[in-house]
Amino acid sequence: MIRTLILPVALAAVSIGGSAAAQSFYDGPYPMQGGEAIYKGICQGCHMPDGKGAVGAGAYPALAGDKRLQSGAYPAMVIVRGQKAMPPFANNFSDQQVADVVNYIRTHFGNAYADKVAPEMVKALRPPPAAVQRPE
Amino acid sequence: MADDSSAPMTRRSLFTLIGVAAGGAVMLEAMSSLAYAGESGYQGPIQLSGDPKGSSVLILGAGLAGMCAAYELRKAGYKVQILEYNDRPGGRNWSLYGGDTYTELGGFTQKVGFDKGLYLNPGPWRIPHHHYAVLDYCKRLGVMLEPFTQVNYNAYVHSTKAFGGKPQRYRTVQADFNGYVAELLAKSVRQNSLDQAVTKEDKEVLLMALRQWGALDKDWNYAKGVDSSGRRGWASDPGGGTTSVPTPSDPLAMSDLLQSGLWGAIGAGLGYEFQSTIFQPVGGMGMIGKAFGRQLDGVIRYGAKVTDIRQDDKGVTATFIDSKTGGPPQQARGDWCICTIPATVLGQIPINVGAPMKAAIDALYYDASLKVGLQFKRRFWEQDEQIYGGITYTDQPNGVIGYPNADMFSSGKGVLLGAYAFGGPAFEFAALPPEERVARTLEYGAKIHPQYKTEFDNGVAVAWHRVPWTLGCAGHWTEDLRAQHYDNLAAMDGRIVLAGEHVSRIPAWQEGAILSALDTIRRLHQRVMAA
Repeated sequence: MIRTLILPVALAAVSIGGSAAAQSFYDGPYPMQGGEAIYKGICQGCHMPDGKGAVGAGAYPALAGDKRLQSGAYPAMVIVRGQKAMPPFANNFSDQQVADVVNYIRTHFGNAYADKVAPEMVKALRPPPAAVQRPE
Repeated sequence: MADDSSAPMTRRSLFTLIGVAAGGAVMLEAMSSLAYAGESGYQGPIQLSGDPKGSSVLILGAGLAGMCAAYELRKAGYKVQILEYNDRPGGRNWSLYGGDTYTELGGFTQKVGFDKGLYLNPGPWRIPHHHYAVLDYCKRLGVMLEPFTQVNYNAYVHSTKAFGGKPQRYRTVQADFNGYVAELLAKSVRQNSLDQAVTKEDKEVLLMALRQWGALDKDWNYAKGVDSSGRRGWASDPGGGTTSVPTPSDPLAMSDLLQSGLWGAIGAGLGYEFQSTIFQPVGGMGMIGKAFGRQLDGVIRYGAKVTDIRQDDKGVTATFIDSKTGGPPQQARGDWCICTIPATVLGQIPINVGAPMKAAIDALYYDASLKVGLQFKRRFWEQDEQIYGGITYTDQPNGVIGYPNADMFSSGKGVLLGAYAFGGPAFEFAALPPEERVARTLEYGAKIHPQYKTEFDNGVAVAWHRVPWTLGCAGHWTEDLRAQHYDNLAAMDGRIVLAGEHVSRIPAWQEGAILSALDTIRRLHQRVMAA
């Protein structure tokens, strides 16, 4: 499915700054809606289209068969707070979007958890604003 | 009330005012650069005096940091060996050439189809003139350099939402923006309507300066005519003989220009790292890594995936397996260890360092970035549009089009940097198969250069979160993270010390990697000498 990539809000956002590469020039809300669109639009870049992750010098964990997904709070927290190589996406996804993609991965890739994560739970897991401040 | 123009105004406040008026580009530049424009601390070739008496150093990673450390330590009498995951030296100092094969995470493999001598630098692509360490190593290692054009006045700034999506020449947007700002400020000065005034003497000087800076006409207007066309270019250029009369061009309307947002793209060259003259190695950035690699022939064990790092009171042992075939674990040992493995990868390797360093490693994730190289059958940007090197900026997800800064006027093929994306767009590109990234990049570029459709030959796309040995492009530091973790990341932990761009205050730049390595070996050598 062809979709339009996220558009920077203004051309100003692509102005090159002091670091060689490290600015997230566009780091506002991501527009895709629904668990599948979010997973395929962002998450599968690392966790792969089949949810099996990947291994190189380091690894991206598989979501398929990951026992830690038993608790919906776990993936929700990792998404908003980040964990080691995993960046935090608190500034990019709304509570609803996080809930949607968590519910998607917990019911796909061989996972079949019946309970749903609600946006209110995501809200409670969000980090304090300072922890996800913009890059220098 | 007395004439305001006779009231004193501090020069500082005047310049602040000009800074504000000069506007978006300058302000944005300052905001995005923040405080990290510090000059490189390079003091010339490092001197490690004293006999290390056969001490050995195990170095993990053959990027610029690891190889710089190995090169200098060996010279000082240390026994050095490097373990490297890839089958080549350089790490992120890397160029992709025709015939190269690149397999990213997930197994997606691309065969590069560029003509001989053409390349994409997936990582760093320019070297500021004040990155003294990188430039000095280029000189010492015989890496030839050539100018990198950051600002090309004849390239474009482009917004899909302004001027009907028609790209504007950088030159016209800059001339018009400066001109209108100068006109407004001149009006304010002449009407004494600034809330603070300058002395009568300074006022005259300021007006002269504004007229010169903004190309204002005799009536203090930025308007169609010889003054403005001397900056933004002519509708038809002056010539010789009987057809020599030039036709001035029409400036963009001020409101259209402001509302377009295009002013946001004309500040790029103002940043300290981007001020002329800056450089690139002849033949690709990867030439630096190759040159270091030649010096360290026999020192680097390629294809080694580190799986465990363990220190005891006498030394450090790294366990590794073959990065392609796996096989039985092997071990390498040194009295000391310099680890340049990216934090994203190192965080997954068992290592017995103290809690502060471990917390620092785990706190650092890497930013998203993407580059796409596109080979075209002819250099239409030069032949049709007179764009020789430099960068076009667009509000589309590809971000920029970078034109090759070498082989100008060649009649052969050429490779453009078709996309250099960060943040959200880079994450989205990473989630696509490589051929789809190239297809999207072509779609965006064709809105600026319609020739894309007929002249495209082949392309390659590197999304840094799919790169198997970095999991992102560079360490993502924030002020808060620095305050919490930077010192702990940089401190020696027993016999282990870290180096790389992520252990520097010039993150994502090669200069940061080398300065980090030099500082690391200086401290390590002091420790050895003190023992």
